[in-house]
Amino acid sequence: MAGNGDSLVRVRGLTKDFHTGHVTVPALRGVDLDIRAGEVALLMGPSGSGKTTLLSIMGCILSPTAGSLRIKGRETSGLTEKKLGVLRLEHFGFIFQNYNLFRTLTAAENVQVTLDLKGIRGEEARARVLTALAAVGLPDKAGMRPEDLSGGQKQRVAIARALVGEPEIILADEPTAALDSTNGRLIIGLLRQLALERGRAVVIVTHDPRIQEFADRIVHIEDGLITRDGESA
Amino acid sequence: MTIRIALRNLMHDRIRLAVTLTGVIFAVVLIAVQSGLFVGFTTATSCVIENTEADVWVASRGVRNFDVTHPLRERKYHQVLSVPGVARAEKFIVQFANWRKPEGGMESVEVVGFDLASGLGRPWAMAAGSIEALEVRDTVIIDELYQRKLGVTELGQAVEISDRRARVVGFTRGIRSFTTSPYVFTSFANALEFTHLKPDQLTYVLVLAEPGLDPRELRAAIAAAVDDVDVFTREEFAHKTKWYWMFTTGAGMALVIAACLGLVVGGVVVAQTLYATTMDHLPEFGTLRAMGAKNGYLYKIIMAQAVAAAFIGYFPGIIISHVLVKLAEKGGASILLTWRMSVGLFFLTVIMCVTASFVSIKRVTRIDPAMVFKGA
Repeated sequence: MAGNGDSLVRVRGLTKDFHTGHVTVPALRGVDLDIRAGEVALLMGPSGSGKTTLLSIMGCILSPTAGSLRIKGRETSGLTEKKLGVLRLEHFGFIFQNYNLFRTLTAAENVQVTLDLKGIRGEEARARVLTALAAVGLPDKAGMRPEDLSGGQKQRVAIARALVGEPEIILADEPTAALDSTNGRLIIGLLRQLALERGRAVVIVTHDPRIQEFADRIVHIEDGLITRDGESA
Repeated sequence: MTIRIALRNLMHDRIRLAVTLTGVIFAVVLIAVQSGLFVGFTTATSCVIENTEADVWVASRGVRNFDVTHPLRERKYHQVLSVPGVARAEKFIVQFANWRKPEGGMESVEVVGFDLASGLGRPWAMAAGSIEALEVRDTVIIDELYQRKLGVTELGQAVEISDRRARVVGFTRGIRSFTTSPYVFTSFANALEFTHLKPDQLTYVLVLAEPGLDPRELRAAIAAAVDDVDVFTREEFAHKTKWYWMFTTGAGMALVIAACLGLVVGGVVVAQTLYATTMDHLPEFGTLRAMGAKNGYLYKIIMAQAVAAAFIGYFPGIIISHVLVKLAEKGGASILLTWRMSVGLFFLTVIMCVTASFVSIKRVTRIDPAMVFKGA
């Protein structure tokens, strides 16, 4: 069970400054946010507003300048990179705009990497990989390389890779940006379905207004601050 | 999975793989040939010493190697004979002389004169003719490797050594001289004639120790009893000669440096191509880091690539090296590439490639996992 109510991710007073030479650029200026199980939340806002920075910090990939980040009730500040890595592996699944699949591996092998990192190998791994590929509608593409897949298929492989480790939280950075509208809707529909069926929290950074209808909640960020946080219309 | 990723990454870019393997093969061949030359030369410098049964060698004071030494007087031979523990002692000559080829032209040769009765210092790898034929005056045995150099086409052929008539009565096989002067084996009496030494002169006394006596003890006893000579056990004299030719003349260092260069150049090529492969797959390594992969996982991938490159490159490299060694043998070059050296070279290749991968490992260690998020 997550601590702090139902929050899987709890952010309080989060700030992040980037330094370029002698210039300090504030990317986040005191953000409070809770992400609960079973919800699909969109982080929206103009370019440079800080939404990707917030996603990176929530995923324990980037360290905040100040503030608190709790994952399932566990405070992350002060954790070493090694422990943060373990935290990412245990609780998060990541989906990237450019898919970030391994070019030289097949779809099944790409998905299997997640399990390999967790030390799950052999027959169990094979079965889980096939189940994950089936869940994203690609049971017949297991042996294909990314170069032989369409953009939508690649993103579905990336989703399978994120899901196969059974993470509680899925963080997606512009997952539809490289896709046409049909494939974009398919992908977001898939993420929403998985959130509902499996009780995952899904946080999506996006510019794409077409996918708002799939979200439970839309968080607007501007100039490093949350300007609006409410249910999707 | 790490090995699978490594192999796929390595095979992904065929041109880069070809460059990597070229680097490994180049290094293997260069190191194999240079170290083979080193071992071959080293072995050649002391082959007569090591193939002689003598336990102890007595030479003039200050001798630095087998090939160049001052003559001893015969009385030194008699003094050695009188030392307790000497089972047998024989006179031995090693001296340069001029060889006039039948069709004209001169070559320098190294005359090796030994006692026919005891056989101490005799040639050890006869290919044609016989050692007994040396009983006849003015007869010699040469190695078949040097037939062309010395203008000898057949047994029984007449030549001239130091303006004296000589006849070739035997060929050895594979007795190479480190110097450019081939060994010419003959009886002690003939050697005196060919080298213009006086009848009471010799260059070494070869000694057999009594059974059970440590050659080092005999060496000490002879050194104490006979003045103005240097005394060595067989191993000591062989080592001294090897050391002289390999390191005091610079010949050995040149070979060692060339072998090291092969290692460095091969290592640099492999390091560069592995680094390029790593940079090419940097987003994938970044993704692994973001997913929570430990450093060790990433290191395994890169090191597996390095070891795979070593494996794939080593075998053609060592095959090419052995072919070159065979070709060189026909040309008279002394390259010795044993199976032990081949195995050692395999491990050296793996070490070279793994070391070369450290540059890539260092780069991967510095990957910021945030690179996977556009705009982070």
